[in-house]
Amino acid sequence: MSDELQPVADTEPIKDPGLAEHQFRPQDVDEAQAKRTERQIAWMFRVAGLLFLGFCFAYFLIDIDDTFLGWSAQNFAFGMTLGGGLLLVGVGIIQWAKKLMGDHEMVEMRHPSASSDEDRVAVMKDINAGIEESGFGRRPMIRNSLLGSMALLGLPAVVLLRDLGPLPHGQRETVWKKGMRLVNDVTGTPIKPSDMQVGQLVNGQPAVVYETDADGEPVLHGTELLQVKSKASIIVVRMRPEDVTPSKGRENWGVDGILCFSKICTHVGCPISLWEQQTHHLLCPCHQSTFDLGDNGKVIFGPAHRPLPQLPLGVDDEGYLIAMSDFPEIVAPSYPELARDQKKLDNKS
Amino acid sequence: MSTTEQYTPIEQTGVGKKAAGPVGWLDDRLGLAGVAKKNLRKVFPEHWSFMLGEIALWSFVVLLLTGVFLTFWFQPSMTEVEYHGSYLPFNGLEMSQAYKSTLDISFDIRGGLLIRQIHHWAAALFIAAMIAHMLRVFFTGAYRKPREINWLIGVGLFSLGLVEGFAGYSLPDDLLSGTGLRFVDGLIRSIPLVGSYLEFFIFGGEFPGDEIIPRLYMAHILLIPAILLGLVGAHMLLLVYHKHTQWPGPGRTEKNVVGYPMLPVYAAKAGGFFFVVFGFTALMGALLQINPVWVYGPYNPSEVTAGSQPDWYMGFSEGLVRMMPGWESTFFNYTWSWNVFIPAVGGLTGLFVVLGVWPFIEQWITGDKRDHHLLQRPRNAPVRTAIGVAGMTAYGVAWAAGGNDILATKFHMDIYTLTWIFRIGFFVFPVIAFMVTKRICIGLQRADANRILHGYETGVIERSPEGGFSERHAPLPAAQQYTLTAHDRVPVLEAPAETDANGVAAPHSRKEKLRARVQRFYYRDTLDKPTAEDVHHAEEHLGHHDGHPVELGDEFQGVSETGVPRVH
Repeated sequence: MSDELQPVADTEPIKDPGLAEHQFRPQDVDEAQAKRTERQIAWMFRVAGLLFLGFCFAYFLIDIDDTFLGWSAQNFAFGMTLGGGLLLVGVGIIQWAKKLMGDHEMVEMRHPSASSDEDRVAVMKDINAGIEESGFGRRPMIRNSLLGSMALLGLPAVVLLRDLGPLPHGQRETVWKKGMRLVNDVTGTPIKPSDMQVGQLVNGQPAVVYETDADGEPVLHGTELLQVKSKASIIVVRMRPEDVTPSKGRENWGVDGILCFSKICTHVGCPISLWEQQTHHLLCPCHQSTFDLGDNGKVIFGPAHRPLPQLPLGVDDEGYLIAMSDFPEIVAPSYPELARDQKKLDNKS
Repeated sequence: MSTTEQYTPIEQTGVGKKAAGPVGWLDDRLGLAGVAKKNLRKVFPEHWSFMLGEIALWSFVVLLLTGVFLTFWFQPSMTEVEYHGSYLPFNGLEMSQAYKSTLDISFDIRGGLLIRQIHHWAAALFIAAMIAHMLRVFFTGAYRKPREINWLIGVGLFSLGLVEGFAGYSLPDDLLSGTGLRFVDGLIRSIPLVGSYLEFFIFGGEFPGDEIIPRLYMAHILLIPAILLGLVGAHMLLLVYHKHTQWPGPGRTEKNVVGYPMLPVYAAKAGGFFFVVFGFTALMGALLQINPVWVYGPYNPSEVTAGSQPDWYMGFSEGLVRMMPGWESTFFNYTWSWNVFIPAVGGLTGLFVVLGVWPFIEQWITGDKRDHHLLQRPRNAPVRTAIGVAGMTAYGVAWAAGGNDILATKFHMDIYTLTWIFRIGFFVFPVIAFMVTKRICIGLQRADANRILHGYETGVIERSPEGGFSERHAPLPAAQQYTLTAHDRVPVLEAPAETDANGVAAPHSRKEKLRARVQRFYYRDTLDKPTAEDVHHAEEHLGHHDGHPVELGDEFQGVSETGVPRVH
């Protein structure tokens, strides 16, 4: 161990005066004071005991629906009795330790964390004896084959995890397809262009979300439904046609200024819905990525990189809004194969 | 009522005699006396700041106790069921079993809501106490040799604690926690090359899948708590083995530890403190609502509430994600989502790595290989303290950025401007904090030197024959003076030798030069404590120079830490 930075003793400006004289507490010198403290502490424990009993009474006497000052009466009574009792027990014990228990400071010497040099030498000797007697060093064949098999044991451990889930698939598609109606997210009713006012935003879903089979049971439910919603949720907005500047190829994706975008943020997938009518900006409440819906869903602020995918719209024979295809761009947060998948989508269309 | 009874030594009581004392029965089988002899009266030093880790320990115990209670009813399943419980607004609503059982615990199990709230508050307190404890250890240099391994264990506890907390608040499967999981899904997807595979394997399919809640549950109640328990045990064992650090002071040296014995004083104080922590969290559970999942509703991937926030300890990570510009690139036909990967994955790992390596970096800079058992006052290690405050500032900016939407609405500010302030501030504010903190430390060092060399201000104003007024100073009591000087001198820095004794260019000279430079940076401007000579001169000056040896009244009781005389 290097001692180069060890301060030299006689350069110390002040000598260690040693431990301060013991200060007696009132309880040490005055028996009456000690008795008083003892009584105080005993009362804390007694009241705590009563509070614990009170907890039990509350459990059986207070109804689960009762309220107290707007709180659940039970929660209040349980918490106050339990918490108050515990606090009194704790404070009582600490008071006991501080005021009545012996308070003579003790000095204990430290020992170096390191073992003695002899012990270190002895341990090295033992380890070497172990290596020597096992022949670990002398018999490389047996050693290496063991190490090899141990390394291979890692493989079953990894392979065993294979069935944690399926391989990635279907990330580039949603349930949207040509002809599927847009429906209101809350009521499930299809949307007509005439239902929408300029400046309005409607949260929507693909019609399949509300579809039922012959028995009246929903086609999608449980996890499947959540998975569909987490990719196919949309927002439908109506802007004045002159406020919309569609990029090339998107001129006919809207119907009378009605445009449809994915509701799922391209950043980490929060559903976006904070709509600024005047600026036609859409703000994600999670990380404040902001998209300009008048400008093809372009990102104008925040951590998102990709524009909000747009769904090409049309109108069916009954005059309801429908999708003309699936999203031409990939919805939901980015993933490593996104660039490749996007190329495949581009080639398809 | 209260009588102090005559105490009978335990080996003379009835039970004691029968078992030859409890020590006898157990010791025949376990040989405990050898261990107990050393540890029952083990000495622990006393200081309020040593209690912070204790809060973390006891809130962990509260978490274990309340957590066991919650497992009796919680059902970690994502199977959708129809709700028909006591909370009428949700009657007939489809929800996962996890969410339904959380509602049941809150509304139909007596005491369930209280225990749930205690559990959540204790979790918030657990992490807060760990951070406070970690800062205490950092700013007092308590992580120095031989305690580096215990520091690493602490970093492990902190990082696992964050993961454990996140897993815990994700379990109820409500709208808020589901949004958190949606974020985690985006984070996993952003991991280069393997993101999609990890997503499908972890969620058991495409988000949200039906596996994530049961899997998080397993991690939350078994895997992580087991590791945490093991690490807590190791943390405590090392604490006992190294013996606690102590503040320097009269009679307190590197070679000893001064304080009170474990039995009875510390056992009682620490044991009593458990009840205080439990009681405190129980009162919070009674009076302060936390995570009212029934307000948020069941998870639905097409809904979110504005102002969604993670639990407070994840706020800095959230802020890093919010501050990050939208960078994403395509290389080799793969998409690289830097906008998520750098702040979310990089931010968390970066924090843990920096914390983990710091003791070793500092040791490399100072070249100090000695054991340290005396704590340093933050002012006496100005650059370390400044680095610590700079780190806290960066953390604070990130944390604030995690609530940029709330801040924007509360303070009527433009959210984009605010975000830009955070983006720039994340890099600028820590530098300012560094400089300011270092200056404050040096100022405080000067004040200490002043009090040693010129004494404290007595409050006695004297008028000189010439009519000038001055305040009389008096020397600090010896114990105070000693405490103020009981720290290492600033080492004399030497430039590394360019060549060795034979005139040949020294090996590693480049590395050594870098080290010398960092070392100069580390010690620059640090004020050294006065020398014996300085003090000697000062004594003469104070005692005789002005011809007024200071007479202190009988009621003088020394001076407080801040130099104010204590007069009772």
